[in-house]
Amino acid sequence: MKTRKNFELFGRTKALESEIDLFLDQLSQSGILFGRALATYLEEGASDDFDRRLQEVNALESKNDQLRRSIEHQLYQQTLIPESRGDVLGLLENLDSVHGLLEGGLWQFSIEQPDIPQQLHPMFQELVDCAVEALESLVRASRAFFRDIQAVGDHLHKVMFFEKEADKIGTKLKRAIFATDLPLYEKAHIRNFCEHIDNVADRSEDVADRLAIYTIKRTL
Amino acid sequence: MDVAVLILLSTGLFMGWSLGANDAANVFGTAVGTRMVRFTTAALICSIFVILGAVISGAGAAQTLGKLGAINALAGSSVAAFAAALTVYVMTRAGLPVSTSQAIVGAIIGWNLFSGFPTDSQALVKIVSTWVACPILAGVLAAGLFKLTAGFAYRINLHLLRQDAYIRAGLILAGAFGAYSLGANNIANVMGVFVAANPFTSFEIGDVFSFSAVQQLFLLGAIAIGVGVFTYSKRVMMTVGNSLLQMSPLAAWVVVISHSITLFVFASEQLEHALASAGLPTIPLVPVSSSQAVVGGVIGIGLVKGGGGIRWGVVGNIASGWVTTPVIACVVCFISLFFMQNIFNQQVFRAVTYVLSEPAFERLNASGVATQSLRPLAASRFDDIKSFRTAISAAGPFAVSDERRIIELARIDDIHVAPAAIPTSTASGLSLPQIAALRRLGGQRFRHGWQFADALAAADDAWAPRPDTTVNKTYNKALRRQIDSVIRLFRTVGP
Repeated sequence: MKTRKNFELFGRTKALESEIDLFLDQLSQSGILFGRALATYLEEGASDDFDRRLQEVNALESKNDQLRRSIEHQLYQQTLIPESRGDVLGLLENLDSVHGLLEGGLWQFSIEQPDIPQQLHPMFQELVDCAVEALESLVRASRAFFRDIQAVGDHLHKVMFFEKEADKIGTKLKRAIFATDLPLYEKAHIRNFCEHIDNVADRSEDVADRLAIYTIKRTL
Repeated sequence: MDVAVLILLSTGLFMGWSLGANDAANVFGTAVGTRMVRFTTAALICSIFVILGAVISGAGAAQTLGKLGAINALAGSSVAAFAAALTVYVMTRAGLPVSTSQAIVGAIIGWNLFSGFPTDSQALVKIVSTWVACPILAGVLAAGLFKLTAGFAYRINLHLLRQDAYIRAGLILAGAFGAYSLGANNIANVMGVFVAANPFTSFEIGDVFSFSAVQQLFLLGAIAIGVGVFTYSKRVMMTVGNSLLQMSPLAAWVVVISHSITLFVFASEQLEHALASAGLPTIPLVPVSSSQAVVGGVIGIGLVKGGGGIRWGVVGNIASGWVTTPVIACVVCFISLFFMQNIFNQQVFRAVTYVLSEPAFERLNASGVATQSLRPLAASRFDDIKSFRTAISAAGPFAVSDERRIIELARIDDIHVAPAAIPTSTASGLSLPQIAALRRLGGQRFRHGWQFADALAAADDAWAPRPDTTVNKTYNKALRRQIDSVIRLFRTVGP
């Protein structure tokens, strides 16, 4: 009976592994869609393409919420990974908050439809790229946390790098915004969007800092 | 059934309960402490396997007597069991993992002091060397094994969840195995002395299922161990698994495995025999205790990790518990024996008669003991060990080993090989040639046990000890136990 229970345990473990993988896949996918959606916005404004991507990110975020609850539930119900359970839950919840920022940022663009002057587009695009890269590195670090603990550090290092880059570009972009001839309310409006994007990189770094601690705790 | 036997039996059950409360922590402590296995799951698996181990492997005919068998009166061994159990209970209350065997040895020393029988100085050396050697061996092994498995785990990059599942399964398997050995090895200490006064009778269901009286007795003892596991082992488990060092699940598994390997490699006569038979060098056998092996293993891993996480205060408490365990058991046993003998009028030790007979002198001379000063004692009868030892001491200073030899050879057993009492089947633990040899000696009388042993050896090779080499060690030990059991069987003096 015990052997059968053990096999069942391995089967359940495999299913849960797939759920965690799917959670990370969907977050990564949303990051890419976020980058694509904003590139579209800069080119075409709030077009149908932009809207479709926003809806996709929206759907992925909801799915990930459910997935996270299911994972948390199983981890506690089956008392799996007792030593790292709290950390894994913390990690998933924090990653989910970054997902929320992606979705929220796109909604802001869709609702407020800021009019970004053409000359600021390259800098905006650069900022978006850095934020997406920071998030992508965070997802890779999170995957490594589950599968290849020694590689976590490499990916975390990249998160830090892209967050710093995003900070620099953000500052440069804000200076450029306030150097234009636009009215102050418009400058302030566009600056908000610069911050929405920068927040993704900032939050990724916060999560990366926590992940660094979880990794130290997880060493065998 | 005699009420006195029941009361005495209850001390054995108390011993079983204490053993369960303390020793179960060795096999499942780290698993429960790291929360990899729930306490109830651990307790259930542990109880089941302790019972299986005790009933299936514990009932080996030759070795059912256990350490307490050294005590020659039932009330005495009950008191010793009570003293040892009480000591282990006190230590368990304090959450300290202690060695049950050492508590028993401490109690036996208390009985020796009370009854005047000489204490085997080797037993004392054994206790002290176990405190030092066993944790060091287990620690070194755990440290090495931890480095190895951690390196391997990093290399194969298992998913966190899968790694968790494998380690969990490993902990359960290792724990079940450990619990089985715990039951098989320790049941004799719990119930062994009651085998002679066994109130149960054997029964069989068809030809398939038989349940011997000894197995029933051991089942009862094993259930007591199981109850101890369920009701009282959690605290010691937490000390072993969590208070000493914050451990990872892998470290928890390494501790259990290295504890089992230490017990197997450094205490297994079978392994020594197998190595010697294959012409390979043998590993020196060291006295080991599972509690000390587990604590050593945990510390070994802590040191490999840099030593920062070890709570040395807890280590100190545990170590002081090791020193006080045999001492407390000895004192409690001594005092309890006094009450048992003088207030409850129970016979706590059987007086043995000693006579330095002519054959004994011949034997002593042959083994190189100077006997001139003992001559005046020849043919004198000593009805208790104390007066005999005083007389020997007065006759001249003898080395400890010589004194032991004199006592051994002068001991009167008055053996009568009553034909009716000769076992008829191999179920008695004797081989057919051995039984045939006993039949040939049927009706004969021997004054000393050793004369009987000599006659047996002369009657058949199956009773003759082999040359004293490493390969033959296990054989000779088993033979010694068989000889002791037939001496008890045919002895006409005392119980």
